[in-house]
Amino acid sequence: MAYTTKALMLMAVLGLAACNNPDRYGAGGGPGDGTGAGGIQTGGLGDASDPRSVAYFNQTVGDRVLFAVDQSTLSDQARATLAGQAQWLNTNSDYAVIIEGHADEQGTREYNLALGARRASAVQDFLISQGVAASRMRTVSYGKERPVEVCSDESCFSRNRRAVTVLSIGAGA
Amino acid sequence: MTCNSPPNARKWLFFPAPHRLKDLNEHTRNERKKDTCMTLLRTLIPALALALSAVSPLATTTAQAEPLRIILDSPVIEPLPFAIPQFIAENGEAGQYAADISRVIASDLVNSGLFREIGSDAFISGITSFDAPVAYNDWQAINAQALITGAVSASGDRIVVKFRLFDVASGQPLGEGLQFAGTPGSWRRMAHKVADAVYSRITSESGYFDSRVVYVEESGPKDNRLKRLAVMDYDGANVAYLTDSSAIVLAPRFSPNGESILFTSYASGFPAIYIMDVATLGIRSLGEQPGTMTFAPRFSPNGQTVVFSLERGGNTDLYTVDVGSGQLNQLTNAPSIETAPSFSPDGSQIVFESDRSGNQQLYIMPANGGEARRISGGPGRYGTPVWSPRGDLIAFTKQNEGRFHIGVMRTDGSNEGLLTASYLDEGPTWSPNGRVIMFTRQGAGAEGQPALFSVDISGRNLRQVPTNGPASDPAWSPLLP
Repeated sequence: MAYTTKALMLMAVLGLAACNNPDRYGAGGGPGDGTGAGGIQTGGLGDASDPRSVAYFNQTVGDRVLFAVDQSTLSDQARATLAGQAQWLNTNSDYAVIIEGHADEQGTREYNLALGARRASAVQDFLISQGVAASRMRTVSYGKERPVEVCSDESCFSRNRRAVTVLSIGAGA
Repeated sequence: MTCNSPPNARKWLFFPAPHRLKDLNEHTRNERKKDTCMTLLRTLIPALALALSAVSPLATTTAQAEPLRIILDSPVIEPLPFAIPQFIAENGEAGQYAADISRVIASDLVNSGLFREIGSDAFISGITSFDAPVAYNDWQAINAQALITGAVSASGDRIVVKFRLFDVASGQPLGEGLQFAGTPGSWRRMAHKVADAVYSRITSESGYFDSRVVYVEESGPKDNRLKRLAVMDYDGANVAYLTDSSAIVLAPRFSPNGESILFTSYASGFPAIYIMDVATLGIRSLGEQPGTMTFAPRFSPNGQTVVFSLERGGNTDLYTVDVGSGQLNQLTNAPSIETAPSFSPDGSQIVFESDRSGNQQLYIMPANGGEARRISGGPGRYGTPVWSPRGDLIAFTKQNEGRFHIGVMRTDGSNEGLLTASYLDEGPTWSPNGRVIMFTRQGAGAEGQPALFSVDISGRNLRQVPTNGPASDPAWSPLLP
């Protein structure tokens, strides 16, 4: 069956891509907050009481910062969180990071991709200024494709306008 | 031949070239015997075989001096009443096709918003033979202005559809009778071609019914959306899937000849643009630059160049890439966001959005870069501009006071008109004749699903396009050959 064969070939191609894939939203991946089955988060979060654990980074240091509408400027609170992230990353030098930029749904798809990239880049620039090596970091924008909250008012939008620092052990960028 | 290796199958999945017609015909005939293994192929192909149809005149009557006419730019268009008696089945095998083809033609015309069908229960006389004289008085009496008659014959892998269009008021045929021939799998395309011919004769503009739309089908919750590329007839029939949903895919675009599709995928973990050969479903990356993100691709009118956005270090600019050589060319160099580029139909200019003024606005620049002039000037933000195939208008998405709109303006920014308003409308795409716009409309909240809608450039005839599930990012094909 020609079409089936082609579809399988295509799936194989995409599937292979997914295996090398830092995209934690890839095939079978769970939603946003860290324990997706696909991609880099499968290494285990560890015990949140262990200051060297990924869980500690995500929960205690804080893995994300939030932005105002249509802005990529870091607030004072965001800078404080990122300073903590930088300190942790400088201590735990085995980890590489991917910084994800996200937007709320109040915008067109293309613009939000570009806006998410600005946000991720703002975080990366700040971490570099705090001594984290640029070679350990990569950015990616999801635009409005991966909200963590699905209501359509400011209570959700404000949590979706975010940049998330995602750790991966041993995966030097 | 076996089910597993249909020779030349790849060549005829979508738009076979005319010189291959003979091969296609033979292949189709062989393949049809394998009924059990044709099922999936049919979902991809119904379109194709029609290309082998011959179009031949049945009569040479010329139209009268003042033909039946709809002026599309009129401020008010009263739908034109027409009658379409069920096409005559010229043999037993043709019965179902005759009924189905008549219904698709009527549906195309009614859905255009320009025509109103008079139901068969009002008919005074029927059509008993395709070649019998028309009793004009009987059609005038029920206020039909246009009458469409037709006949279908079917034998094996070939069906032939004939039709005639009559101007009832003046009691004359409008144009020649025509016939289309093709395989049974292409019966809907033949119906669309008849409807396009009727539309064209009455409006003096080309139609848009025999066309396809590539789009993104969505499933799953909003915070873990699954997306895959799909293609369908313009009216939602004949859906086929082009990718699986293992990676997010966005914003597919047809090439000018309909043979390739550009899209953005997260297959590598990072958004990047790919080009798919529609016949083989083979994909390759395009314009890839390590450490960057590429998106928002669109073909030039000659299909040899792709214009797109490339993000590096948080900044997004416009580039072109030569499809054949991969040669990159940077068009803009500014700290602002430049995205959503679209070529003019003559290929000389590009319209795009930029926030260089502080928020999103529309600009036009030469196709090789250079000074851009801003064309949008009203309140709110403007994005996703798309140049119409006729060259006269730019369609766009507008955000103002918490609402989204699809609108059109002239290429100098004048005569802005908003066609829609909702919580979230975005991403317009033009019908091949530049008369209809399709776009994504998404409702609010966790249950707010995206769907495809269409609207005339006059703002009339807003309709949801039927799809199997939630759908977004439509892009219209050219009119099929």
